[in-house]
Amino acid sequence: MATIDVVAVPGPARARRARGRRALGAGSGLGLGISVVWLSLLVLIPLVAVLISAAGLGPSGFWSVVTGPQTLAALRITVLESVAVTALNIVMGTALAWVLVRDRFWGKRLLDIVIDVPFALPTIVAGLVLLSLYGPKSPLGLHAANTRYAVFLALAFVTLPFVVRTVQPVLETLERDVEEAAASLGASRLTTFRRVVLPSLVPAIAAGAALSFARAISEYGSLVLLSGNLPMRTEVASVRVLTYIENGNKAAASAVAAILLLVALAVIVGLDITQRRLARRGS
Amino acid sequence: MAADIASAPTAVDHSRDPAKVRWALRIITVSYVALLVAWPTALVVKNALAPGLGAMLDSFKDPEIVHALTLTAIITVIAVVINLVFGLTVSLLLVRYEFPGKRILSALLDVPLSISPVVVGLALVLVYNGRDGWFGPWLEKAGFQVIFATPGMVMATVFVALPLVIREVVPVLEEIGEDQEQAARSLGANALQTFRRITLPGIKWAVVYGVVLSLARSLGEFGAVKIVSGNISGQSQTATLSVEETYQNFQQGTSYALAALLALAAMACLVVVSLLRPKEPA
Repeated sequence: MATIDVVAVPGPARARRARGRRALGAGSGLGLGISVVWLSLLVLIPLVAVLISAAGLGPSGFWSVVTGPQTLAALRITVLESVAVTALNIVMGTALAWVLVRDRFWGKRLLDIVIDVPFALPTIVAGLVLLSLYGPKSPLGLHAANTRYAVFLALAFVTLPFVVRTVQPVLETLERDVEEAAASLGASRLTTFRRVVLPSLVPAIAAGAALSFARAISEYGSLVLLSGNLPMRTEVASVRVLTYIENGNKAAASAVAAILLLVALAVIVGLDITQRRLARRGS
Repeated sequence: MAADIASAPTAVDHSRDPAKVRWALRIITVSYVALLVAWPTALVVKNALAPGLGAMLDSFKDPEIVHALTLTAIITVIAVVINLVFGLTVSLLLVRYEFPGKRILSALLDVPLSISPVVVGLALVLVYNGRDGWFGPWLEKAGFQVIFATPGMVMATVFVALPLVIREVVPVLEEIGEDQEQAARSLGANALQTFRRITLPGIKWAVVYGVVLSLARSLGEFGAVKIVSGNISGQSQTATLSVEETYQNFQQGTSYALAALLALAAMACLVVVSLLRPKEPA
């Protein structure tokens, strides 16, 4: 299946304790050394630099940057739109996963592939793509460019696959027996779904929602052409960071970036902990 | 229930969803995906072809566009090669060896996928810019410019595609186990022979899959590259940056042509991936 993995779900293989794992030899030690140095130079040190640069402002400096009217508006828009898009994804993503797993119809395979398009499409192209249907020359007569709806559309586009791709594999492995048992005991379809199916999907839906929220708050490329980046109205946090960089104010840029960074880290750590807990319960 | 008797229990027993519910779900989900993804994407290709295929191809002859496409190709190839070598090394280390700090390393590898590209760009600029960066001035004195030059753009691209190979290879490595490798070693094969003759054939498809994903991600990177490149047309402008600039300069034909080209490349990656997946041993 053409699914792009969005979460490294610990499979049964990972749960199995590896017996023959070796200690490092000379060659593998060198490999580890080079890898760690590369990872530090590329990821670790630069990200720490963002936090240190933000901390350099001091608490009051940090606060005054973050609560500046334009930045505060950008943060508010980012969070509100991301929450709204995540809510939509929870509903539509679960419905899509359901249709893909439980239904059969002509063109389903195509639907399956199209869902991955937002992952593969360059974000700037995604913006242009949406502009062609919802921009000034819209064949539908919907002119959403440079409005809040444009931000919502762009975020919905880029986050579409997350919930679908986390729920789909869980739904595939779900035992139908339990549902049949519930139905045979007189539960209606809705009750069966609510009491039997939904509880087993909740962890996957939550994981997909967390990933989609993290992606939404960090989105930049697809908004550039579509949202117009109007201060106080459609400007999101990452655009704010870029404006600060372009104005040469790296410290203020770091303050906003640090918030985005910490939210992303919180999502990663949260997902890691839940998945480990679930894996342990499952084994 | 009559419907249950009529349809013998098949693998996917969809007869149990009442037709009304089934059709409602189908129509809602298909129209959602069509309106959000399929139709707009098709429109971009249509807009690109609107002035005619000849005119579209002409826009690829503009020297600045040629330069942007070449630069994207160079950066993508370097980034993919780096991520392939790094990814294979780290995957082997994570699965086959024990060392302190392994869990931290493994967690750190997932970070790049969730971080805003703008933050990635800023992070690299803070450390490597030539004026007041941590290492930048020192590197520039040694004659090595990172920010506003190709090395910085390669680093940004590598950053955003970092875990893609590893995520594909690690589960497969864990799945195939170590028995054959141990057998090969006990029969006198050295590390390189074991890797080339035993390990690599086993993880071949996972590697190809990871490379295709990295390729798609690298071709399309925009935000991080925009910040570290300086975005100078004809010098440090990649294809995605050209899409933005040409659109804002009212050269929409060129912009749509470039976007369609990038979209087709992305689709090609998707198709390759969907063709490859079933071949993998489940």
